[in-house]
Amino acid sequence: MEQFFFWILAAGLLISAVTVVAVRNPVTNAVCLVSTLVFQAALFITLEATFLAAVQVIVYAGAVMVLFLFVIMLLDVRVEVLGKFSWPKIAGVGLVLVLALVGLPKLSSAFPFAGEVLHWGRAKVPGTAQDLGHLLFSAYGPLFLTTGVLLLVATVGVVVLCRRDTEA
Amino acid sequence: MGGEITLGHYLVLSGALFLIGLAGVVLRRSLLVVMMSLELLLNAANLALVAVGRFQGIPDPQVAVFFVITVAAAEAALGLAILVAIFRIKKTTAADQMASLRF
Repeated sequence: MEQFFFWILAAGLLISAVTVVAVRNPVTNAVCLVSTLVFQAALFITLEATFLAAVQVIVYAGAVMVLFLFVIMLLDVRVEVLGKFSWPKIAGVGLVLVLALVGLPKLSSAFPFAGEVLHWGRAKVPGTAQDLGHLLFSAYGPLFLTTGVLLLVATVGVVVLCRRDTEA
Repeated sequence: MGGEITLGHYLVLSGALFLIGLAGVVLRRSLLVVMMSLELLLNAANLALVAVGRFQGIPDPQVAVFFVITVAAAEAALGLAILVAIFRIKKTTAADQMASLRF
């Protein structure tokens, strides 16, 4: 069961991620990014992080992606013109990809606990809202408050950035 | 289908997702798609964090992912605001058109 869901979700995640990067129509990119984020949320569920999966769908696939789609509609972005084809760039990316394909499995198997097998229902950390809430409001309380300030600053920044000069 | 699923599987998947995002950041010209690729990078890191936390039995990585999602939302809002402001002046979102500061 674990294997079946992992491989299905991993394939879906990678295919939609490649589509995000490869397709030239911005709306298609955004919709594929939504599907990537939903696949990621499903992978969170296989790791028994249920609260994060919900947050991922609501905040990421919901709020952030609506923001992206709004901007795409607002800017009326056309299909991207192909850039100049530069061999050094392609060769560099190809080299990194080949190195990564060889190196990734080795690198991750060198990680301690890398061989630990996934069994559902045996997580030592239940990722429910209650458990995360306890941590968030005790040990990470100051950080949580700082995040509130960060969001306020970001909101003010966005308003300032998007104001027309004539209103100033 | 292969053998059992281990932490290594999740780490390789996260690394692959990171590389796809990195290719998008390096190769694409549209700033919108570059920002979407940045979200892919953050998600790859999130996946690795949650996987390690699950297998090691510590809840702290999940809290870290919670903060990453919050900061990513703020980053997306600010980045898109900058993009809209640039688009008003330049009438384009292509990254190579934005060379005003080059001398």
